[in-house]
Amino acid sequence: MTNSIRDIHLADVLLVTGSNTTEAHPVISLEMKKAVRKRGAKLILIDPREIELANFAALHIRPRSGTDVAILNAMANVILAEGIADKEFIATRTENYEALVEAVKDCTPQWAEDVSGVPSDLIVEAARVYGHAGSAAIFWAMGITQSSHGVDNVQALANLALLTGNFGKPGSGVNPLRGQNNVQGACDMGGLPNVITGYQSVTDEAVRGKFETAWRSPVKIPAKPGLTVTDMMHGILDGKIKALYIMGENPMLSDPNINHVKQALERLEFMACQDIFLNETAQLADVVLPGVSFAEKEGTFTNTERRVQLVRPALPVKQGARRDLDIICDLGQRIGERIGERTSGFAGAIHPVTNWDYDNASAVWDEIAALTPSMTGISHARLEHGGLQWPCPNAEHPGTPILHREKFTRGLGRFTPLTFREPMENPDAEYPFTLNTGRILQHWHGGTMSRRSEGLDWVVPEGEIQINDADGAQLGVKTGDLIRVSSRRGAVTGKARLTGKLPRGMVFMTFHFAELPANRLTGDAVDPVAKIPEYKVSAVKIERV
Amino acid sequence: MIKADRIVTTTCPYCGVGCALNLHLKQDVVYKVTSPFDSPANRGNLCVKGRFGYDFIHAKDRLSRPMIRRDGELVSATWEEALGYAAGRLLEIREQYGADSIGFLVSAKCTNEENYLLQKAARGLIGTNNVDHCARL
Repeated sequence: MTNSIRDIHLADVLLVTGSNTTEAHPVISLEMKKAVRKRGAKLILIDPREIELANFAALHIRPRSGTDVAILNAMANVILAEGIADKEFIATRTENYEALVEAVKDCTPQWAEDVSGVPSDLIVEAARVYGHAGSAAIFWAMGITQSSHGVDNVQALANLALLTGNFGKPGSGVNPLRGQNNVQGACDMGGLPNVITGYQSVTDEAVRGKFETAWRSPVKIPAKPGLTVTDMMHGILDGKIKALYIMGENPMLSDPNINHVKQALERLEFMACQDIFLNETAQLADVVLPGVSFAEKEGTFTNTERRVQLVRPALPVKQGARRDLDIICDLGQRIGERIGERTSGFAGAIHPVTNWDYDNASAVWDEIAALTPSMTGISHARLEHGGLQWPCPNAEHPGTPILHREKFTRGLGRFTPLTFREPMENPDAEYPFTLNTGRILQHWHGGTMSRRSEGLDWVVPEGEIQINDADGAQLGVKTGDLIRVSSRRGAVTGKARLTGKLPRGMVFMTFHFAELPANRLTGDAVDPVAKIPEYKVSAVKIERV
Repeated sequence: MIKADRIVTTTCPYCGVGCALNLHLKQDVVYKVTSPFDSPANRGNLCVKGRFGYDFIHAKDRLSRPMIRRDGELVSATWEEALGYAAGRLLEIREQYGADSIGFLVSAKCTNEENYLLQKAARGLIGTNNVDHCARL
């Protein structure tokens, strides 16, 4: 998020798209509702489903799945045509404006209606409400990013915020809602193929040199970015990837096209899994290393607003298991010992201190802070009272609740001209329905944690396949009937639930239930830049069982 | 009314909001979860998962010993064996096929410090940038 959870209630207008906030980020939805109820903020909701937030929305735009760029470009078209753009902000803080003007000049509301099915006057109204707001904040989640043109979707949203000067002030900004407790942190820590900590690029020689020296690394860090998860799976089948080390993930449930993932994992020469349960992936492993839950460990998580917060141990380590930090350090030490004497700390080593012997998580953090300019000012001691939001460049810095105040990180905010592209797999005669996947309130991700919690599993014990009432009637299916949903990649069978909240032609499933795995149906088409799979649009057909 | 042996403030392991939790413990069991009202991200609010979703910590099927696959079956091993085997196999594969034949999946569930160290091992010991996690999923 460019902004903070605490300033959501200060927005005059909220534009929420591709986020079922009340179910996936319930506590943030409370702030949104507060803005609407207490301060009279207007909520513009762009979502094909009639989700709970629709009850709070001034405008609910329900586009055909995957037509986001058409709607957003048309809103930019209206903002320009009606002269509501923030001319001073555009002149002083942005670049490439002319390219945007050119790109959206033919994206009229009528054109967008033809593409998306949304009435043009609704698009015009949304553009006016967003454009005239004193401060307007945009929120999105995977409904925007899990698309074969997810990067375009995000850039189209950023264009709107740039056009109207909605950056760098309370109640504004572009705010992705991160779906996992430490997905922000995993990215910040270099858990990505192209960057090390704090988004320092592996292609930068000075960056690589800095880390190699600090780590007393016995090997060179390659200058070429590595493979993403989806590319690793393809890489295994191509014979390029031979081994995987997996910590706390279950690609057998969370990745697209599970049948393909299973084939890949079975082909590996070696797979190690470090986890707290023998999940579907770990069952295929060659070695399983039992770690511990969040309640048994110390460290930090970084939330969706870039706030680094302490994780404190509440329970003793489960007998027989080990703290994950200790597992990695032991593994690192063993590999280091064998790989060469430049990894220090062992008999006859060159350096007096080993890199794999830390007193505690706080000491690991200190190494991170020393190597990461945007986090240098953060230490565990400073986090004792409520955490700190990066960038936090020195020990006196209070953290940064709002990004891009005076200038953008890159200098000027750059408009991106975008052309609408269709999803990779639209429904057709053979597979006439559009599968959409997502979460529900009571469960979470692959269900490993929530389904083992008695209360949650009692409320929602099994997965369902949601379809529209009228589609159900046409197929002769009632709520509770078993139906089979199939795509070009696989099939699943489960109970139908008829609902008026889905548009006609849509099927909705969660991916929480291993026995009803939505990702057997999804495709591995990905965004060309972000490599994110298109989970929100897969063509499927429905049959009665 | 149960009286807690101790209350530990920590951070929720579910979504990305980062709600502060007070774990109420009795005989090393989390029996109740609340949130401090001055918590910066959530002001004391919690969702149904954040308040009630913790039985997994005490689940009977938590892994409690390392395992190694022998003759197609996962069987118990000591930590010494398991870590030695993992380190040995990773290095053998690195020698035979090169560093880029190995991939590391770090975790959106694990701490910053754990993620940092695992990518450090990948980049600084094995020598590959094949590091990713399920951020996209």
